[in-house]
Amino acid sequence: MNFTGEVLATHRINLDEYAKITEILGREPNFTELGIFSVMWSEHCSYKSSKIHLKKLPTESARVLQGPGENAGVIDIGQGWAIAFKIESHNHPSFIEPFQGAATGVGGILRDIFTMGARPIAVMDAIRFGRLDDPKTGARNRRIVEGVVSGISHYGNCFGVPTVGGETAFESCYDGNPLVNVFALGVFRHDEVFYGRATGVGNPVIYVGAKTGRDGVHGATMASGEFTEESKHKRPNVQVGDPFTEKLLLEACLEAMKTGAIVGIQDMGAAGLTSSSCEMGSRAGTGVEIDLDLVPQRETGLTAYEMMLSESQERMLLVAERGREEEIFAVFRKWGLDAVRIGTVTADGLLRVSHLGQVVAEIPNGPLADDAPLYDRPHAVPAYRTAPMQGPVFSSTDLLGDLKKLLASSDLCSKHWIWDQYDYQVRTNTLTIPERAEAAVVRIKETGTSVAMSLDGNGRYCYLDPYEGTMLIIAECCRNLSTVGALPVAATNNLNFGNPERPEIMRQLVDSLRGMGDGCRAFETPITGGNASLYNETLGEGIFPTPVMGIVGLLPTEKPVGIQFPRAGLEVILLGGLGSSDHQRFGGTQYAKVVLDTLWGLPPALDVEYEKRVQAAIREVVRAGLAESAHDLSDGGLGVALAESSFGGVGASVKLETPLVPEFALFHEGPSRILLSTARLPEIAAIAAKHDVPATRLGETIDGRLKIDGLFDCEIEELNRTWRNAFEEMLHAG
Amino acid sequence: MSLGTIEVPDLSPQTMRFGVVVFPGSNCDHDAWYAASANLGQQAEFLWHDERSLRQVDAVILPGGFSYGDYLRCGAIAKFSPVMQSVKDFAQSGGLVAGFCNGFQILVESGLLPGALLRNASMKFVCGQPMVSVETVNSPFTCAAKIGQRLQLPVAHGEGNYTADERTLDRLEAEDRIVVRYTAGVNGSARNIAGILSAERNVMGMMPHPERACDPLMGSVDGRVIFESILTTLATPARSAA
Repeated sequence: MNFTGEVLATHRINLDEYAKITEILGREPNFTELGIFSVMWSEHCSYKSSKIHLKKLPTESARVLQGPGENAGVIDIGQGWAIAFKIESHNHPSFIEPFQGAATGVGGILRDIFTMGARPIAVMDAIRFGRLDDPKTGARNRRIVEGVVSGISHYGNCFGVPTVGGETAFESCYDGNPLVNVFALGVFRHDEVFYGRATGVGNPVIYVGAKTGRDGVHGATMASGEFTEESKHKRPNVQVGDPFTEKLLLEACLEAMKTGAIVGIQDMGAAGLTSSSCEMGSRAGTGVEIDLDLVPQRETGLTAYEMMLSESQERMLLVAERGREEEIFAVFRKWGLDAVRIGTVTADGLLRVSHLGQVVAEIPNGPLADDAPLYDRPHAVPAYRTAPMQGPVFSSTDLLGDLKKLLASSDLCSKHWIWDQYDYQVRTNTLTIPERAEAAVVRIKETGTSVAMSLDGNGRYCYLDPYEGTMLIIAECCRNLSTVGALPVAATNNLNFGNPERPEIMRQLVDSLRGMGDGCRAFETPITGGNASLYNETLGEGIFPTPVMGIVGLLPTEKPVGIQFPRAGLEVILLGGLGSSDHQRFGGTQYAKVVLDTLWGLPPALDVEYEKRVQAAIREVVRAGLAESAHDLSDGGLGVALAESSFGGVGASVKLETPLVPEFALFHEGPSRILLSTARLPEIAAIAAKHDVPATRLGETIDGRLKIDGLFDCEIEELNRTWRNAFEEMLHAG
Repeated sequence: MSLGTIEVPDLSPQTMRFGVVVFPGSNCDHDAWYAASANLGQQAEFLWHDERSLRQVDAVILPGGFSYGDYLRCGAIAKFSPVMQSVKDFAQSGGLVAGFCNGFQILVESGLLPGALLRNASMKFVCGQPMVSVETVNSPFTCAAKIGQRLQLPVAHGEGNYTADERTLDRLEAEDRIVVRYTAGVNGSARNIAGILSAERNVMGMMPHPERACDPLMGSVDGRVIFESILTTLATPARSAA
C-alpha cells in the first residue's frame, strides 16, 4: 500500500474505502488522488451516513422545478418566474474563527444561489451558541456571538443582499460547537436557470473569480470529524471571504449568462476545484481535463494537492460554448475579475489534472462524485436521552416575575442588537422589519407575488423526541408563514447532529428524518435541497439533535400584517383556543428552561390535521384583511406572545377561561394557536367555524398596560425595557 | 442591468432624466433607479464608473454600497474613477448631484463636500428607520419640504459619523448648509448632522436612504420629498439660466 495508516486516518479514508478507490482506479491512488477522494467522499460532500435516509423525504410537487442534487432547489412562483433557495451550515469554521467562518458561510450559500442564475434577494440565519452566562465558557461564547454576527453583517451588507430574519438560541450543548446555518433565496425567470453540467465535448472549461491560495485546504474533511483540542490549530483550514469580490462575481456571472455562451456553471465551494470539475462532469457524463498551471494563483509554490483541495472563496468554474470564450472574457474583464481557460470537456469521463507538464490525477468523474460508499449506520438502539420523563412539582408565587424572566432570557429577549447590524432593506423589497412580523416577507418586483420565509429549529424539543420535535418545527415554520397570509410551498433542511458513527446519534437522525418526511408530506412542503452537518461534537460531547427548517410561502404583494396591536379598542382573539398541556408535555418549554432550569418529558403534542385547519383559517382571515395584528404562539406560550404583541405600546386586558393552572395557561407551548386583534370578530368567527377551530375571545386591546384578569396588571414599558435591553446586558456582562 | 418586466409609469414629455452612477460594489444603484423610475415616474439610467459621459442627464445620484470594496477608506478609491471627473465638472457647472450613504462618503472624499465620515460611534454597522428633521428648504433637494418637517428615512451604514472641525461646522450652520439632522443620536455625528450641502448648494450628501422611502410598501414615503424637490428645481425655468 502506498500510504501508512496515519496518512489514511488524516484523510478519514478507512481501509474498505481505500480498497474501493483502488478498484475504481485499477491501481493505488497517488497522494493528490487520495486527497481528491478524501474530500469528495467526506461526510460533508457525500452525505454517506445520511443519504439512504434522505432519500425517503418528499421532494416533488407541481411547483418544484428542481429538487435536491443541484446547487439549490428551484420553485415556480408563477408568471414565468421562479425562486432558488437553500440553507447551509458553517458550524465548524465558525467555532475556530467566528468572523470569517460566518462570513464565508454567507458567501458560500450566495454562490449556490447565483450559480443557478438567480439574483439573491434575501438571507436569513439560524445561529446557536453556548450559554452567555456560563461561568466557564460564557466569555468565549460572547466572543463567538460578536464574531459571527459581525461576520454575517460584513459579508451580507457589502454584497448587497438584505438579511431579513432568522433565529438565535442558546444551550450549553453548543458551548464548544456553535451552529451557523445560513439560508439564501434568489429570483429569476424559468428560462434563466443554469445547471452545473459540463456538456459538449471540446467545450472550454473556464475558471473565473478570485485567485487560488492555500486557505481552506481540507475544510470539508475538517467538517466531517469530531472536534478535539487539536482542532483549534486548524485555523488555516478556515477560508477568508471578500464580499466585494463576490459582488463583482455575481454581477459578472449574471451578465455572462445573458450572452448565451455559458453551457454549465458551478461554484467552487467545499472541495473547490475538485468538486466543481468532477460534479459537472459526472452530471453530464463527460470527462474534464484541467491544467493547474493555468489556474490564477495567489501565492507561489502551490502543489497540485493544495490547488485541488483549496477552498479559496469567490471562485466559479464554467463551461462555455466552444468559440465563444471571448464573449465571457469580455464580461469578466469589465468587472475586473480573472477569467481563464484552464481545460476542456472530454469524452472519456475522466477527471484528468495536469501540473508542471505531468498528469497528476486521473479519476473517473462518475464514481468520484457519486459512488462514495453509503453507510446504513447502526441505529437500532433505545432512544438516547438522559432527561427524566417527569419533572419537579412546582407552583409559581410570582407569575409577572416569571414573565419578566422569560422576556429577559437569552432565547426570548429582543435580538435587535443583532439585526440592527444587518442591512435588511437593501434592494427595497423587504416588506417586514425583523421581530415585527411572524415571517420575513420579500416582494418580487417583477410580479405581484411576495415570498414569505421562516427558519426554525428547536434542539430541546428534538432532544426529547426527535420525531415529534421535527414535526413541531415544520408546523411552526408553516404557521409563521400562514400567519402573514402566505401558503407554504417548499422547504430546505439543515441537519445538525452529532457523530453518526454512534448508534444513539444515528437513531436521533433517523427519527428526525422520519418526522421530517411525515411533516413535509402533511404540510405539502417538499424538500428541495439542504445540508447535513454531522460530527457536531467537541471532546465527545454531542449537541442536541438540531434540524433546522427553512420554509418558503407565497402571497400576493401587499403590506403584511404585523404582530403588534395597532390601537386600543380592538378585540383580542386566540384562534385555535387556549390549548392544553399536561405535566409531561410542559418539560420542553422555555418556562421549564428559564424559570425551573430543567428539561424533562416530551415536547408539546401536535395534532397535524388540527394544525392544518388552524393555518387554513388564519390564512383566510389575514388575506381577507380581517386581522389588525397576528402573532403565532410558540416559545414562551401565550404570556410571551401577549407581551410581544404589546411592545408597540398598545397592550391588552384579557381573561383566561381555562381549567389549566395559570403556569400552564400562560406558558405552555402547545401549537396550533394564533393571537389576533380585530375589529371584525363576527367574520373571523365565521371563518373559524368553517374550518372547525375555535376563535376564543380573550379580551380587548388597551393603551399602555397588560392586564391578565386575576393574575397581574403591569405597564408595557416596564416589560418592553426588560425585553429590549436584556441581550446587550448579557453580552457585556463580565 | 435590465429589469425584466418591472412596470414603469408612462413617461410624459416633461420627465426628468436621473443618472445613477454604478461603481464596482455599488449596491443601492438599483434602488435609486427604481425609486426615480417606478416610484417617481421619471427616467433613470445607469452611468458606468469607467466612462466619462454623463449622457446629458438632468441630475446625478451617487448611490449607496461599498464602492471598490470601500478599501482604504469609504469612497477613497471611487474619487479617482473616470466618471467622478465628469461628476465634478457637472457640479462645477451647477448640475445637481445627490449622494446617499456611500455616495455621501464619495462626495466628501472627492472634496465636493467638507468634513469626513468616521466609523459609527458604536463601532458597529447600524440599520434602522430613524427620524430626521429638515433643517433648510433653501436647497434644490428640500425646497418641496417644510422647515422642521420630520422625515422617517432608513439608514444602513458602518461609517456615517459625520465630523469636521468646529469652524467648518459653525460655517455650515451659518451658511444654512445642514440639510437634515437626526432627531436622536444614530451614529455619533457631530451636531446630529445627517446631510449637508455644498457652498453653491447644488451638491448634497446624506447618510439616510431616501430612495428606500418612496414606496408605501416599504413603510415610509418620506423620501419622495427629496426627489420631488429635485424635480421642482429642475422644472423651474430660472434654473436653466443659472
